[in-house]
Amino acid sequence: MAYDGLIQQLIDELGRLPGIGPKSAQRIAFHIVQDPHYDPKPLGDILDRIRDVVRFCTICGNVTEQETCAICRDPRRDHRTICVVEEPKDVAAIERTREYRGLYHVLGGALSPINGIGPEQLHIPALLKRLSDPNVTEIIIATDPNVEGEATATYLSRQLSVYDLTVTRLASGLPVGGDLEYADEVTLGRAFQGRRNLGT
Amino acid sequence: MHIRFLEVRDFRNYVHARVELTPGVVVLTGPNGQGKTNLLEAARYLSVYSSHRVSGDRPLVRAGCERALIRAEVLHGDRHLRLDCVIAREGANRVRLGGTPRRVGELIGAFATVLFAPEDLSLIHDGPAVRRNFLDGILIERRPGLAEVIRGYDRVLRQRNSLLRSARANHIPQSQLQSIASWDTQLAEFGAELEQERWLLTRALVVPLAEAYRGISGTDDQAIPRLRSVLIPDDLSEHPTIETIRERFLRALEEGLETDLQRGTTGVGPHRDELDLLLSGLVAREYASHGESWSLALALRLAAATVLRESSPAGDPVLMLDDVFAELDAARRERLAALISSYEQVLITAAIPEDLPEFHRPVQQVHILAGQVVDAAAGAPAAADGAAAGEPPEGSDPHHPVPPADVEAR
Ligand SMILES: [Zn+2]
Repeated sequence: MAYDGLIQQLIDELGRLPGIGPKSAQRIAFHIVQDPHYDPKPLGDILDRIRDVVRFCTICGNVTEQETCAICRDPRRDHRTICVVEEPKDVAAIERTREYRGLYHVLGGALSPINGIGPEQLHIPALLKRLSDPNVTEIIIATDPNVEGEATATYLSRQLSVYDLTVTRLASGLPVGGDLEYADEVTLGRAFQGRRNLGT
Repeated sequence: MHIRFLEVRDFRNYVHARVELTPGVVVLTGPNGQGKTNLLEAARYLSVYSSHRVSGDRPLVRAGCERALIRAEVLHGDRHLRLDCVIAREGANRVRLGGTPRRVGELIGAFATVLFAPEDLSLIHDGPAVRRNFLDGILIERRPGLAEVIRGYDRVLRQRNSLLRSARANHIPQSQLQSIASWDTQLAEFGAELEQERWLLTRALVVPLAEAYRGISGTDDQAIPRLRSVLIPDDLSEHPTIETIRERFLRALEEGLETDLQRGTTGVGPHRDELDLLLSGLVAREYASHGESWSLALALRLAAATVLRESSPAGDPVLMLDDVFAELDAARRERLAALISSYEQVLITAAIPEDLPEFHRPVQQVHILAGQVVDAAAGAPAAADGAAAGEPPEGSDPHHPVPPADVEAR
C-alpha cells in the first residue's frame, strides 16, 4: 500500500512519531493534503523553528525558551521545596493539580538498564548541586508509579540521605504500573497531600 | 458457574456461531478440523485472555478479517457475567464486562476455568517453568491482584539482569554498582509475596492432588507436590512469613552478587523455583512411566479445580477437556468421568463419541461441522434456528456493536 513520492514520505515521517500507527499516519497525511479547510503552513513553520527555540532550563531541566524556566524565575514560588520528576510532561501534570507551589527538577528519565539508562544518564549531579542552597529543605520524589520510577526513587533517597533534608515520596493510590501523566488531577493532588517520608 | 451461551464471529474457522449451553456435561462432537476445539478455545479465552494452542492472538482471527469477536454469558451464583472480547489482528484487543470496557487484568479471575489438554503431559516432563506457570495461573485465578505482583517481579528481574550484563561487559566492579540495591529492594518485595503465595498454594494442593491421583490411577500410590526454593526455610515449624522470605531473599542476593556479576544473571529467586512432583517418593519427571505421567497430569488439573472450587463460594470453575479421553484407557476414562461429573459444567471435545465414558447425568451434545454448530441437542437451539427468547437477533444488538475500523495500536 505504498503511494508515489512525497505523500508516502509524509506518511513514513508521521509514522516515525510515537503513538502514531500506520493507519493514523495515512489518515493524517491525506487530511493535510486534501482538506480544503486545513492550512498546513503554521505547522510547517513551527516544526522548522522548534528545535532552535525550545531549550531546557539550566537549573531544573524543564522546557523553556529562555536560559531558565518561568517556574524557576518566579519569586512567588516556594524555593524551599524541590519536586523531582522524570519528564517535563510530569511538571505540566503536577501544575494542573494546583496543589504544589515549589520548584521542580527534571531527571530526564528513570533508571532502566534495559534501555541503557543508569544514574549517569540522569540529571542527578545538577540536583545535588542545587542542594548547596541552604534554603532547600524538602525533596519530593514524584517519579512514575512503576518499577523504574520506584527504583529511581530508592536510588535517589539513598543519595540524598547524607543531606539534612526531608525526603518524601508521593503517596500510593496512583495507578500502579502507570505514568504520572495519566493520573487524573484529583488523584495526583491527593498523592501530594499524602506524601510519605522516606526517612533520612 | 456455567456458560449460558457462547457466540463467536470471525474466530478461527467460524464466520458466526452461537450456541446455548446447559449446566452439566456438554460434549462437542464432530470430525477433526471442523472446529470443536476452536469453540472450546474461544470459551477458554474469555477466562484467561490467551489461547492454550498458540502464543499470539493473530491465528485466532479468521483469514481475511480484521478482528474476531467472542461473547458469552456466564452464570455465577445469581450473577450474570456478560463477557465480550474483540481480538484485533492489528493493535489492542478490547474486553468488556456487561458492555463496559475493562482492562484484561481486571477480568482475569472473573470467569474461572480449568483446562485439560493432551499438552498437559508437559506439566510432568518439561522444565520447571511450566510448573511455576501452573502454580501462578491458579494464584491469579484465586487472587487477580497477584498478576500485578508477578508482572512487577518479572520486570524488575529483567532490569536487574540487564544491569548485571552491562556491568559485566563494561568491567564495572561490584563496589561501583550502587544502583543495584534499588532493584534488589523491589525484587525482594515482589518476590517474597509471590514466594509465600506459591508455598501456601502448594500446601493447599497436597490433599486434593493425592486424592485425585488415587482416584484416576486406581492405585494407592502417593502423589505429593513439594516446592523447592532456597527462600523457604527448611525448618517449617512455623509458616514462613513474607518478612522472613524477604530477608532471606535480600541476603541471598547480596551473597550471590559476585556470582551474578560473573554470569550476568540473577541466580536466586522465585524464577528458580521448582515444584517437584513426587510419586511414591520419586521425582515424577525422572521416574514416572507414561501411564503414571498421564494420571499425574490429570490429577494436577483436578487438584487445581478443587482449590478453585474451595476458594469460590459462588460456584465451580468450568472444566474444559480438550481431546483428553482419547488418550486414556477405558478404566481411567471411567474414573476421570466420575471425578469431573460433579462440577457445575464440563465442556468436552471428542472426535469419536465412542471414546467417551458413561457420565451418569444428562449430556448435551453439540455437533460441529465445517465451522458451524449444526445441532445442539438438549433443548438448546443452534444459531441457525434463531436466538433464544429474550435475546435480540444477532447483528442487531445495540449493546454489542462491532467497533469501528479505527482500532489501532499506540
Ligand atoms: Zn527551571
